[in-house]
Amino acid sequence: MVREIDPPSIQKDFLLAALAEGKRLDGRIPLQQRKIEFIFGEELGNVECRLGKTAVLAQVSASIVKPREDRPYEGFLMINSEIGPMASSVYENGRSSDSEVLITRLLEKSIRRTEAIDREALCILAGEKVWQLRLTLHFLSDSGNLLDCASMASMIALKHFRKPDVEVIGDEVIIHSPEERAPVPLAIHHTPLCLTFAYFENLPPILDPTHLEATLCEGTLTVTMNAQREICVLSKAGGTPLAAEDIMGVVRVGVDRVREMVKIMDDALEKDRENRVVEVR
Amino acid sequence: MSSSRIEILNDGGLRHDARRPYELRSTSFQLNTHPTAEGSSTVTQGLTTVQVSIFGPREPRQRSQASHDKAIISVEVGVVPWAQGGGGVKRVRGDKRLQEIGASIRQTFEPVIMTHLYPRSEITINVQVLSADGGILPTSINATTLALISSGISILDYTTSISIGLYLKQPLLDLSHVEEQDLPNLVIASLPNSGKITLAQMETRLHVDRFEEMLSLGVEACQVLKTEMEDVVKSQTEKIVERMGVRSVVSSGMAVDE
Repeated sequence: MVREIDPPSIQKDFLLAALAEGKRLDGRIPLQQRKIEFIFGEELGNVECRLGKTAVLAQVSASIVKPREDRPYEGFLMINSEIGPMASSVYENGRSSDSEVLITRLLEKSIRRTEAIDREALCILAGEKVWQLRLTLHFLSDSGNLLDCASMASMIALKHFRKPDVEVIGDEVIIHSPEERAPVPLAIHHTPLCLTFAYFENLPPILDPTHLEATLCEGTLTVTMNAQREICVLSKAGGTPLAAEDIMGVVRVGVDRVREMVKIMDDALEKDRENRVVEVR
Repeated sequence: MSSSRIEILNDGGLRHDARRPYELRSTSFQLNTHPTAEGSSTVTQGLTTVQVSIFGPREPRQRSQASHDKAIISVEVGVVPWAQGGGGVKRVRGDKRLQEIGASIRQTFEPVIMTHLYPRSEITINVQVLSADGGILPTSINATTLALISSGISILDYTTSISIGLYLKQPLLDLSHVEEQDLPNLVIASLPNSGKITLAQMETRLHVDRFEEMLSLGVEACQVLKTEMEDVVKSQTEKIVERMGVRSVVSSGMAVDE
């Protein structure tokens, strides 16, 4: 396992002194996120999300498979999220570190376990054919807070993606190519998004920590929320102990923040739709 | 949410195992249950049993991981094959879920153990789940606290943990496996003396307004668990003190003073 070099203590002192005055090294205020940017690829369902210098590329693809015997009406959503050395030299191929497992598990929990995608809508022919969605995440660069960036990339890619239209006549399934019939978007119940807060001793929490802040902080807390004021996943593993009110405070900040993020995503999608020819008719 | 085949809360206000909503399962705390470990404990909460053994502080197995100013903590989690029951999914070492539980335990105890007292060393926490009926993580955390106490490693406070579920608008404490399957549940670990929360984990959708209630209820339950654990630790220590004959030494010492 590669161990990162600890940042020099003078840098730590500087960061903490700045934070005590309510300033962060990149000029943000404590509860401000870095700039969110979406870059849409040529294909539907291929979106790169950038959060400052952190970048994650999400790619959605669909294929037709046989459903599980015990769930004949349900399609599949598979999430591939292996972090390779491209993101940062601390990640190794084939061997998953603790932080990688946490990121993968949290993503899986926030997207799959909260039923963000209606899996029954992926059924084509009960017990015979269902759609299998494959969400592949490529972690391009890690400049802190990979998780939030990955969750945004995943959700926008799923919203951007369209699966080919199918027609069922009796037992026969006809898949129409995009030229023939316009592909259809997925049925999405809600948009869960992750927000990561970092804690420093005796200081108010900061949102969206950079890599340096994440290395120096005493602990982090991640909430996954949606625009309907629901907490989907909450994960605070260790770190500085917090009072119940502190956790509630963070959750309240999250409620508003997630709404804004969903709006940014929807605006970006709307803008992309205008420039893209999807409907042929 | 999957539809339940059992009745979570019946008209009489009882749960499927005849507990009231805020009632915990029967617990047993045992100290020193491993022959060679520095400290160990076996904790049973309902039908979940976890044994934790502590090895160390000792020289790190991997020199490169050692830290010059504090001890590093490593956690291994295992589930015995028969714990899950025949139908359950077998969990092997390296399973992502187990790795996550291990990471949660490590991160929970990193700020609680006074690691700066043991520089250049490693403390290994070995968690074995002997039978699983819901609440593996909270039971493991409770067992780890007791094992650390029995090993004599310095810690700041007891760390106790509990799971809280929500059925309609009624919070339920200490969920069993069937309840865990059907209800949104929250696991918290708290330091009872300050009432602060070190770990909070939730995996299912829940409205913000309900969350606050569950959180404060959990903190209260953690305090109750702490008094239970403290009783066991004190009676155990008393026994040892008695056997060492410290009392007679003290009394004879007093006699000298007189």
